[in-house]
Amino acid sequence: MTLLAVNGLHKSFGGVVAARDVSFTVARGEMLAIIGPNGAGKSTVFNMVGGQLRPDRGQVLLDGQDITHASPQKRFRRGVGRTFQVAQTFLSMSAAENVQMALISCNRQSNGFWAPARERHRDKAVGLLSRVGMAEAADTPCSALAYGDVKRVELAIALAGQPKLLLMDEPTAGMAPRERAALMDLTGSIAEAQGIGVLFTEHDMDVVFGHAARVLVLLRGQIIAAGAPDEVRQDEQVKRAYLGDARALEPLRGGSPA
Amino acid sequence: MLALDPAFLAVQALSGLSSASSLFITACGLTIVFGVTRIVNFAHGSLYMIGAYTAATLVPRLLELSFGPVTFWAGILASAIIVGLIGVIIEVLLLRRIYGAPELFQLLATFGIVLVVQDLVVQVFGPQDILGPRAPGLRAPVEILGRRFPSYELVLIAAGPIVLGLVWLLLRKTRFGVLVRAATQDRDMVASLGVNQALLFTGTLFLGAFLAGLGGALQIPRVSANTGMDLSIIAEAFVVTVVGGMGSVPGAFLAALIIGQLQAFGILIFPKSTLVVVFLLMAVVLAIRPHGFFGRAEIVGGTHAVGIASRSPLPGRHFILLVVIAVLAAFPLVADAYLLKVATEILIFALFAFSLQLLIGVGGVVSFGHAAFFGLGAYGAALAVKWYGVSMEAALPLGLALAALGAGLVGAFVVRLSGIYLAMMTLAAAQILYAVAFQWVEVTGGDNGIVGVWPSSWASGPIPYYLLTAALTVVAVLLLKRIIDAPFGYSLRAARDSESRAEAIGLKVRQHRWLAFMIAGAAAGLAGGIYAFSRGSVDPSLLGISTSVDALTMLLLGGIQTMMGPLVGAAALHGLRDWIMPLTPLWRLLLGLSIIAMVLIFPRGLVGTVRDWWGART
Ligand SMILES: Nc1ncnc2c1ncn2[C@@H]1O[C@H](COP(=O)(O)OP(=O)(O)OP(=O)(O)O)[C@@H](O)[C@H]1O
Ligand SMILES: [Mg+2]
Repeated sequence: MTLLAVNGLHKSFGGVVAARDVSFTVARGEMLAIIGPNGAGKSTVFNMVGGQLRPDRGQVLLDGQDITHASPQKRFRRGVGRTFQVAQTFLSMSAAENVQMALISCNRQSNGFWAPARERHRDKAVGLLSRVGMAEAADTPCSALAYGDVKRVELAIALAGQPKLLLMDEPTAGMAPRERAALMDLTGSIAEAQGIGVLFTEHDMDVVFGHAARVLVLLRGQIIAAGAPDEVRQDEQVKRAYLGDARALEPLRGGSPA
Repeated sequence: MLALDPAFLAVQALSGLSSASSLFITACGLTIVFGVTRIVNFAHGSLYMIGAYTAATLVPRLLELSFGPVTFWAGILASAIIVGLIGVIIEVLLLRRIYGAPELFQLLATFGIVLVVQDLVVQVFGPQDILGPRAPGLRAPVEILGRRFPSYELVLIAAGPIVLGLVWLLLRKTRFGVLVRAATQDRDMVASLGVNQALLFTGTLFLGAFLAGLGGALQIPRVSANTGMDLSIIAEAFVVTVVGGMGSVPGAFLAALIIGQLQAFGILIFPKSTLVVVFLLMAVVLAIRPHGFFGRAEIVGGTHAVGIASRSPLPGRHFILLVVIAVLAAFPLVADAYLLKVATEILIFALFAFSLQLLIGVGGVVSFGHAAFFGLGAYGAALAVKWYGVSMEAALPLGLALAALGAGLVGAFVVRLSGIYLAMMTLAAAQILYAVAFQWVEVTGGDNGIVGVWPSSWASGPIPYYLLTAALTVVAVLLLKRIIDAPFGYSLRAARDSESRAEAIGLKVRQHRWLAFMIAGAAAGLAGGIYAFSRGSVDPSLLGISTSVDALTMLLLGGIQTMMGPLVGAAALHGLRDWIMPLTPLWRLLLGLSIIAMVLIFPRGLVGTVRDWWGART
């Protein structure tokens, strides 16, 4: 069942074409990875699906409804949750308050003038934090957390909106290799249990080939290959795209490099 | 009517061109300095003023030695170079220490220079205005379509394009220029310059200050050097740079041309207030293009906003509150009438500063024109008394409502903007209101303001009015604090910390900021209304830049990262002023130096510093 359908998305910045006729779909409960070298246009695609950028052409459909021109706020209400390449959290608040804010907004209480924010939805927020392994840090200010932990909090924030579609732009950057696998395992199990479609990108190929059901390869704004991880890995064009670092696509055996 | 006379139109257009030229020369320096350093230099107007004073003093002496056009122009150039060197001193001593500081601190520190220069200029050049000599060889007017037109103005008209050409050559053809342009385009590039960075910044300040000095020096045959020049030119130069796009020299030129013509012909529409027309232009341009003609989004310094962070509630806070209320209530038992008056004013300014804290400390919205709402509250109350004869009980809410309405209007314009554009737009809004209060004499009483604004009989006298003020302030502050701790305040903070995250969890950032503007405006308006009745009068200074800066200084002094800082800051600033001002004519110099010292030495303010010290001990 198609959850997200992206048709012919196009975006250019001045002379640079960051996305060229990008089309793909994500099904409920599916984990789809977009890979590509730096500057390929991955974040640009995420931002057009998340509403941070307006595409020049093309369409974004969520559950068959056109959200191409909807604001990020509207997309949130329709069930789009996301994390950013550079983690975006509220640094002046504790981890729990960060998640509480998402819950407050979800319940349309953000204009509340009276009862203190810190007391609202606290238990639910701590529950979400414990799912991503951050329960102990609930009262730690986000500004005092390690970057990998901030990324986890960001995931908890995104989950608080009860998304149908989760966009994760480099979710495990800044984490130790073992933590990466654990976080993506967790994401996978949540996605499966709740039927959430996940679109993610990663530079760590272990994470990509270990967790994605399908992989899209983006090069200079264009999709040059798509399919199951093994097919993509064998694709000649893809190998050439990663030329000079041809082994980047090979599965790692034994321990991971530091 | 006169307006249809072609000769009149031609002369009007020409004088528009000459003021455009002067304005461009000055604003060009401001925009170049901003482009490289990302600092909006309030002191640019002061440099202009120093240029005018220096030239008006220096050139006549030189002309005594040898009379002739060469001497005159050499004197103008020498004055500009002297100002350029002063710019270098400012860069070395102050600016290079605050390049990384948040915008608000940069604005305040450079405003500190403005205050220092105001007093120094009087000390050095004396309190009188100085009329400079006329330019040799350019004394006789020329005839244009049968009308006389000063020939010096024609020289000025040419000066603008000449400076534009020279600056263009400098930026295109020299290594320095290449670096300036690169730094303006790409902030990260500056960091990779290493040692050269210091030189580049110092050189840029020399160029910027030189242009400010040149702009000022060129004025001496037209207007006498006076102490009001700094703030009036800086307001106009801000408009030019903002409309043109911060950092863009061609943008500044285009904007100066438009504004020159608007001023020349605006006189026909609003005879008294061309300032209003100019600021309206800025409002319209920013409403359509939030970064001016040629400005770009990235160029606006994204320096992280500083502000309030979550803290666990203080254990004995209810007890502390009761003690504070008891002390406030018992104060009249020990205080005389003078102390009560001081205390009343401190409470009023505490509320005013606290209302600004909702915007700045909570929302990260750096408003530089909060006096607008204080003044609207005061004028609203005073006008209600004067024209409708209502009592204080009705006038205070009317003032509050007018301020909230004004804040809603201003807010609707500015919530689309960010950073320095927002600060400039709020400043412009306050200046428009100032101009209206000053020039709409029939209604507002102009410069004299409105007198006879007295409280109802039950509240008159120092003790009752003090108690009324204390009660209103305490209630308003507690309500505001409640709002800050509620989801609404948290949403404002969320948008301040990360706008993209706030939007991605569905928060309507602009809507929240707009509402915050109205609430902060209403609270400031209440403070203004109480102030009007405490003094019995209102005047335009309530809406002036210095009232806005007072509130900002109180925040800075108390600590922007603390909830209660503004209240302490209000007491400290007002107390100091009452104590020191009678003792010295150099109050502004002291205040300016203190502001600079605070930014440099303890930016966390009184409450913040004490809190950190306490936190480190336990
Ligand atoms: N706001 C922007 N303005 C101008 N150019 C941009 C902008 N955003 C992205 N680009 C350009 O678009 C291209 C694609 O950028 P994008 O960030 O989407 O790449 P990416 O695949 O996410 O790279 P990375 O792996 O480094 O995150 C790049 O060439 C980039 O320079
Ligand atoms: Mg990216």
